[in-house]
Amino acid sequence: MAATPTSVDTVTGPARPAAPGYWQRLRGGDEAAYLITFMAAAGILAITGLLVLELYTNSAASRTKFGWNFLITSTWDPVNDQFGALPFIYGTVVTSFLALLMGIPLGVGAAIFLAELAPPRISDALTFLIELLAAVPSVIYGLLGVFVLIPILRDVEPYLKAALGWTPFFSGPFYGVSLFSAGVVLAVMIIPFIISISREVILSVPGDQREAALALGATRWETTWDIVVPYAKKGIMGSIFLALARSLGETMAVTMVVGNDPKIKASLLAPGYSIAAVIANEFTEATGQLYTSALIELGLVLFALTIVINGMARLMIIGADKYKA
Amino acid sequence: MTNLHTLRRKTVNVVMLTVTGLCTFFAAGTLVYILGYLFVHGATSLSWDFFTKLPTPVGESGGGMANAIVGSGKLLLLASVFGIPIGFLGGVYLAEFGGNTFAYIIRYVTDLLNGVPSIVIGIFAYTIIVLPQKHFSMLAGGLALGVMMIPIAVRSSEEFLRAVPNSLREGAMALGASKAKAIVTVVIPAAKNGIMTGIMLNLARVAGETAPLLFTSFGNRYWSPGWEQPISALPVMIFTYAIAPYEDWHKQAWAAGFVLLALVLTVNVIARAVLSNKKHVAR
Repeated sequence: MAATPTSVDTVTGPARPAAPGYWQRLRGGDEAAYLITFMAAAGILAITGLLVLELYTNSAASRTKFGWNFLITSTWDPVNDQFGALPFIYGTVVTSFLALLMGIPLGVGAAIFLAELAPPRISDALTFLIELLAAVPSVIYGLLGVFVLIPILRDVEPYLKAALGWTPFFSGPFYGVSLFSAGVVLAVMIIPFIISISREVILSVPGDQREAALALGATRWETTWDIVVPYAKKGIMGSIFLALARSLGETMAVTMVVGNDPKIKASLLAPGYSIAAVIANEFTEATGQLYTSALIELGLVLFALTIVINGMARLMIIGADKYKA
Repeated sequence: MTNLHTLRRKTVNVVMLTVTGLCTFFAAGTLVYILGYLFVHGATSLSWDFFTKLPTPVGESGGGMANAIVGSGKLLLLASVFGIPIGFLGGVYLAEFGGNTFAYIIRYVTDLLNGVPSIVIGIFAYTIIVLPQKHFSMLAGGLALGVMMIPIAVRSSEEFLRAVPNSLREGAMALGASKAKAIVTVVIPAAKNGIMTGIMLNLARVAGETAPLLFTSFGNRYWSPGWEQPISALPVMIFTYAIAPYEDWHKQAWAAGFVLLALVLTVNVIARAVLSNKKHVAR
């Protein structure tokens, strides 16, 4: 290596090694390009690491005081510094479960129609429309939830009660804001995800599978349900898990319609709360280190939950890809 | 007996196919309904004042959200300054230098970051900026949105760079260009349209984000003088106005929702048109 590699003259010459030296490659820009992009990539790693670290260290006060009890006690009393996350975890799980309950049949059904039955042109146009739904900001879903969905649910509620009022899930008074309302809004939000991914997966099922089934005398529906859907099962499951992860972390729409009441009630018509909603509502008002730290620990819980679900979705979709190949 | 069986199968066939059709109708109908409702309510609530005036105090009617529109713009600009370079360069790394274990880890972490709920990103920005400074600021809000932009910027840049045929790279290098020169002068320009579209979609997505701004940029009923001050944003205004008990504010929320949705959907439609055009050319 030349001692003063500052100009072209010092590098060129008989003493130059046959392989391009470090400085030459740098001047060619390869090393520089590599380094700059590498640093950006490493920066992403660092930011994610820092995110986990910040969540972990800033929730220390709450973690040391309550330990694992944080997750299984249900008292949320900021005045007396008692914090238990169970009502929020319950609300998050119940609303997401409701969303899946409504979203899976509708989403997968629509995906089957779009992939198997609809003429390609109509299918593409409808998919385009439905995928636009995924781009609607969540605060707008919340706005529509408050002013459109809740009045509709108020009208529907007497019938719902007449049909299912004997179960504990649909008993008690209904104020409009409730776990059920949040579930419906979430369902509307996740359906586009399920449709768009499931449709892709179903479309990628080889045509000879269908032809073979039809040739054996199966009806269109039997071909779809017994042959195509099982073939695409993993990918469809992946789409459902992605939708689940999204609904678990959904904040604005849920906050606006869930009722924001930290109690665990069996009735879905009662107001509830969710992890993301409590963070959104109480973070700016949180006084005292323990209060803030408890809210940050809730964030950590939510983070862990979505990471696990996303990881599972990823594994399934990768599995589906391998299956395809 | 056989006939009955066949009849049953045929009935099931027709019924189930109809049901899937109804599912589709319902899903697409929801969008039409949402758009229609927002359009009617939003457009009728919209006035010129909305774009030019500050919010009025409670009880006074009229006023607008000029500060929130500008605020959203400033936040997006700050977020882009922060998120796009990192995301884009990260995407270049994955597409051009990737292929090793480190690249695999980066891809995984990017996916992970993409899956983090936006409210958690808000907490992150809060702990690293608001907490040490002890006040809400535009800086914190911009950072939160910037972090949200990174994963999508990485993924879309990588995808469009990968779509550039290898022959272009080889051609450039055969002419004596270094790898870096080939990337900068040949590969990136070839992928430019796709990458720009990706950035537009990315901006449209974070423009509607509310949760990470609640306790970072917080909101402001007046013009925000600098990046150290709290600043209002359109989606946050929709939230505060929608849950407030005043009829007049609800109208403003509809107007804001209409403006936001119109913006987001326009960008999405244009972006999709550009991308599908490109696809046809490639085929």
